[in-house]
Amino acid sequence: MDNAVTAKKKWWGGGHSPFSVSYGKLMMWYFLISDAFTFGALLISYGTQRFMAEAWPDPNVVFHAFPFMGHMDLPLVFVSLMTFILIMSSVTMVLAVHAGHNHDRKGVVKWLILTIIGGAMFLGCQAWEWTHLHEIGAWWGRNPFNNADGSAAISTNFTDFFFTITGFHGVHVTSGVVLNIIVLINVLKGTYEQRGHYEMVEKVGLYWHFVDLVWVFVFTCFYLL
Amino acid sequence: MAHSHSATGEKDNSAVKAIWRTFWILLGITVVEVGMAFLHLYTHWPDKLWLNALFILLTFFKAFYIVAEFMHLRHEVKNLIMTILFPLTLFVWFIIAFLADGDSWKNMRRDLAPGTPAAKEAPAQQPAHH
Repeated sequence: MDNAVTAKKKWWGGGHSPFSVSYGKLMMWYFLISDAFTFGALLISYGTQRFMAEAWPDPNVVFHAFPFMGHMDLPLVFVSLMTFILIMSSVTMVLAVHAGHNHDRKGVVKWLILTIIGGAMFLGCQAWEWTHLHEIGAWWGRNPFNNADGSAAISTNFTDFFFTITGFHGVHVTSGVVLNIIVLINVLKGTYEQRGHYEMVEKVGLYWHFVDLVWVFVFTCFYLL
Repeated sequence: MAHSHSATGEKDNSAVKAIWRTFWILLGITVVEVGMAFLHLYTHWPDKLWLNALFILLTFFKAFYIVAEFMHLRHEVKNLIMTILFPLTLFVWFIIAFLADGDSWKNMRRDLAPGTPAAKEAPAQQPAHH
């Protein structure tokens, strides 16, 4: 990079970027920090409620269904599939960024399309999961699940937090898919080829990986712990 | 690990390799997590507390790989890494304070609920000894 800081130059002396990144990328990072605090606040308030409760439902009992498998007891399997889909779409996103570095337009198009498909599959899975839970009586304000110790639920905290946090994450995935589609259209139109770089792919890439990162924590907090 | 984007075939290959290596690490950790959850489900081993500690540890491993490799943070300038990671240390206080608060509420509600016999105080009437 031409604006890399060598040992002899002064970090903050001006004339170059002390962070060696563009303004847009830096601001994307700072936006992601603020978003991390939003998700952190939601997850920590969920944790606080859970610590306050005498008893709490067992995730292995609540999340045990799989599409077309009827009443088979398959704890964790469906959400593992969702996790796999999201990790996979993160890989295709990095490969799109990588192709962008090499000015390989066809590669960017291919990997971006796969990323969009991955995101759409994840959203489809989440839609199925929500529909299933809604059918068995779970929603905001309605908690049909017994606690792990067998006692009946006395609050709706569990379902409230589940739908709020996975919903907020789902909104992030949705906007990520929309951003990826916009960037894909620009790639197809040749906007970035004219601009001389594919940095926009990197910026939406950062956002997309962040969404994957949040899912790692949501997965642990709701399905494993 | 400095890493320039000069598009020589060799470097290109190793970058793609690093991406797939990260993928296998993330997938492997997830498989271990799910496997441990099933192990606990069927054998009740390991103890739930240890299992949760393991899950949280593995979650941080996954977070590290996503941020360091996929988001490329590991290859950025150190100052940038610091401005991003330093604010996140607030989470340490955040998590400890709020979870401890939740736990304290639970104990107070249990101990002070109507009808709960008063806790046997330690012999409070003893004269102070000097």
